[in-house]
Amino acid sequence: MILAAGQTPLKVSIAATLASILLLLVVLELIRSRRLRERYALLWIATGLVLLVLSAWRGGLNTIAGWVGVQTYPPAVLFAVALLFVLVVLLHFATVISKVTDQNVVLAQRLALVELELRERPPGPRLEHDAPPLADPGRAGPAR
Amino acid sequence: MRAVAIVPAFNEEGAIAGLIGEIRAFDPSFAIVVVDDGSHDRTADMAEAAGAHVVRLPYNLGIGGAVQTGFRYARAHGFDLAARIDGDGQHDPAELVHLLGPVVDGTADICVGSRFAGADGYRSSGVRRVGIRILARTVSTLTGRRVTDTTSGFQVLNAKVIGLFADDYPHDYPEVEAAVMLHKHRLRLVEVPVLMRERSHGSSSITAVRSAYYMVKVMLAILVAMLRRPAPRESV
Repeated sequence: MILAAGQTPLKVSIAATLASILLLLVVLELIRSRRLRERYALLWIATGLVLLVLSAWRGGLNTIAGWVGVQTYPPAVLFAVALLFVLVVLLHFATVISKVTDQNVVLAQRLALVELELRERPPGPRLEHDAPPLADPGRAGPAR
Repeated sequence: MRAVAIVPAFNEEGAIAGLIGEIRAFDPSFAIVVVDDGSHDRTADMAEAAGAHVVRLPYNLGIGGAVQTGFRYARAHGFDLAARIDGDGQHDPAELVHLLGPVVDGTADICVGSRFAGADGYRSSGVRRVGIRILARTVSTLTGRRVTDTTSGFQVLNAKVIGLFADDYPHDYPEVEAAVMLHKHRLRLVEVPVLMRERSHGSSSITAVRSAYYMVKVMLAILVAMLRRPAPRESV
């Protein structure tokens, strides 16, 4: 028995398109207001774009659904793709957290070692050239 | 040879001063650096009053991060030899005499004091003993070298190992993973039997209840250590 290829309901397509656009707008606004760094935003933008294309382009979604054997309800592919992207984003976060954790450890260690050096410095007057300047005067100034 | 005793300590205000005195009594030429791993009590003050160099970590890093701080100190100050002695009083500095030999005469890069390699001064709970056995078997098989006590932190290391560990030291189950790391770097690990004392204060971080969970995680850590790429050397 041959099943007729499923079609994506128009309402589903419209709702999903609106949701994708909303996601993209939120991401762009977060970047604009500097609450999200561009390098961490790339994955989110990719997620939004892929979902937008699959939502708006019904023919494409139906075709892809046919390829992967989803015959009755093509929007299921939309969910699967969205889920996949969320997983990738989560995994990305895990790597970022791991890196930040490692850097934090090194920072704590170095800070503690420098503090020890400072505490154990012999007391008394210090010569001007004894300590290197904390910041390069040439480059000192407002950060932005 | 310039030697440093690295003493990681977490909430050991009752034991630390006595331990520092014991290290002095064993060999007054040892520099003593206590790494206070974010203690909530007066561990750092007590150690400082006892005359040790005290590195005060701003927050608790766990044993691996604390010990690595000591290795970084040892490397920065150019020590030829480091003895790692836990701050809870479990390791008797007098036993260092057995650990120093193989490293000083160059037959080993690191010498580890084992509770099970011969002497029988240590009684641990049955569950723990089985766990340590299994770990020891696993590490022995992987590294092709007989290891009996993979959880011992009572160690003497030469400058080569200090340098390696200063750059890259495992954080979660440092002793087990470090054994695998040493093997990968072709450094020579030797075990000698030592007597260990009951902990004088505090309680072990590994209770019998958590042992099974611990085993699974350590096994995973060993696997990761075998597959892991070495960390890039950090410029200090």
